[in-house]
Amino acid sequence: MTKHSIHNLEAIVKQVRRDILRMVHGCQSGHPGGSLGCTELLVSLYFELMQRKDHFDLNGMGEDLFFLSNGHISPVFYSVLARSGYFPIDELATFRKLNSRLQGHPTTHEGLPGIRVASGSLGQGLSVAIGAAQAKKLNKDNRFVYVLMGDGELQEGQVWEAAMYAAHNEMDNLIAIVDYNGAQIDGATNDVLSLGDLPRKWMAFGWKVIEIMRGNDISSVISGLQKARASTGVGLPVMVLLHTEMGNGVDFMMGSHKWHGIAPSDEQLSLALNQNAETLGDYIA
Amino acid sequence: MKKYTYTESKDTRSGFGAGLLEAGKEDENVVALCADLIGSLKMNDFIKAFPERFFQIGIAEANMMGIAAGLTIGGKIPFTGTFANFSTGRVYDQIRQSIAYSDKNVKIAASHAGLTLGEDGATHQILEDIGLMKMLPGMTVINPCDYNQTKAATLAAAKHKGPVYLRFGRPVVPVFTPEDQEFVIGEAVMLNPGNAVTILATGHLVWEAIRAGEELETLGIDAEIINIHTIKPLDEKAVLTSVAKTGCVVTAEEHNRIGGLGDSVAQLLAKQLPTPQEYVAVNDSFGESGPPSALMDKYGLNADAIVAAVLRVLKRKVAT
Repeated sequence: MTKHSIHNLEAIVKQVRRDILRMVHGCQSGHPGGSLGCTELLVSLYFELMQRKDHFDLNGMGEDLFFLSNGHISPVFYSVLARSGYFPIDELATFRKLNSRLQGHPTTHEGLPGIRVASGSLGQGLSVAIGAAQAKKLNKDNRFVYVLMGDGELQEGQVWEAAMYAAHNEMDNLIAIVDYNGAQIDGATNDVLSLGDLPRKWMAFGWKVIEIMRGNDISSVISGLQKARASTGVGLPVMVLLHTEMGNGVDFMMGSHKWHGIAPSDEQLSLALNQNAETLGDYIA
Repeated sequence: MKKYTYTESKDTRSGFGAGLLEAGKEDENVVALCADLIGSLKMNDFIKAFPERFFQIGIAEANMMGIAAGLTIGGKIPFTGTFANFSTGRVYDQIRQSIAYSDKNVKIAASHAGLTLGEDGATHQILEDIGLMKMLPGMTVINPCDYNQTKAATLAAAKHKGPVYLRFGRPVVPVFTPEDQEFVIGEAVMLNPGNAVTILATGHLVWEAIRAGEELETLGIDAEIINIHTIKPLDEKAVLTSVAKTGCVVTAEEHNRIGGLGDSVAQLLAKQLPTPQEYVAVNDSFGESGPPSALMDKYGLNADAIVAAVLRVLKRKVAT
């Protein structure tokens, strides 16, 4: 059972993919691969799963919070925030340009609504999310804290400090998600630095682990996240291993790490946009 | 020379512990985090009073800084506690991104700063922390001089909105700051008005500056002594007013001469009032093991070194 029809959510996904492609093309920089791969996740969170207030306030008391630890996939984050009503959709056109609130990596520094901490230097978001979850417990606020990390990001040691802490302190209002696409800048994670058996690693660290095998299928993502939420409140932090495909939704960007951090040309953009029809109206460039 | 007396000596870290407890009583949003050094940071009384507002992080300082940043998002005022070395250099990027750049209301309480950690040696001493922290935009850097001032500084830090680096130490030093002296962040404390030379001291070197002032008086030198407890923002008005009067300055700190109080003063004066200046600071080296007072003597961080620096700077003042 979902708030929106799957059809409507899929329409949002298509529009967000267009936003990502146009934003990255517009400034000829940024990270389309991971952004496209996490589109279903962010749309599911913001349009379906999360309980959010109408207006943004930094403290987020009484509402669900989301932290993006792998800040380089800012295009998908910005698009979903704008499409959720946090700031004007046309502001997406300023992405990575001078004097923009949409910095290359997300920041609170320019006061962009929807952002609660800067991210980009990897490995820090899980700790921040734990702190926010800890504050919710102190404040007797029973909403949840979500955090997304990249799988390559798990190579950062701080993640495992945080993993140990969350289990020890029974952070059961915390749902962490790993974008398990198996790729990072220099190639496959298995070639760069193997992550090993991730489900068993997180279980061994004392987490409840849920795998979503089809992370680019909106129904699977929503039912997996509902399962994750149903697993909260029993003394264990929850880890969602979300199997995605970098570059999903654009045929020539899929199946390679090549599109981690490069922008499409004019010709490539039009090919990519043809595969993702305009559904909600493009932002004005 | 104004007479400074003291009846007791205490460590500044105990001033922090007392201040933290009081801050916790004043504001229920004050919380504390520690990376396996509760006793060293004197957090026991806070933990006893507010067990649910204390977070034992374990030996994981990077995680501690991130959790502190996250706690502010629920309106909390977190104080992180570990040695100065592990509060700064070890976690610089976490402080930079999650706290300073994110403008989070975190108070980084750093004990065992400088050489006076003593026997543990250079791996645990740090002489670069003031420089590291003052370079971060928006970071307030405070280095109080004794128990009473550290307690007051802790309370002021809790009330201040924005990230604060609060630096204090391990050794027992004379308590001479009046218990009721208000701590105003960024406002220097005039300890002794004088005309011949300005001595700007911070932290443990403030008491040494007072002793140096007494010695200088016997030599007929009338020193103006100012306690610069806040290195950033620097009390520029206090420095400029004093230096305009005296025409020369000595800075004294338990820190590397690169990046500390001396450099902040030099930068200000170079731009606004070029003035002969001498540094009492560690001469760009690491520390080493030894009893704290012996280390301070060996590295030239004491009253004698301040007197010698004053004599040097007075010669340069005459020459110009």
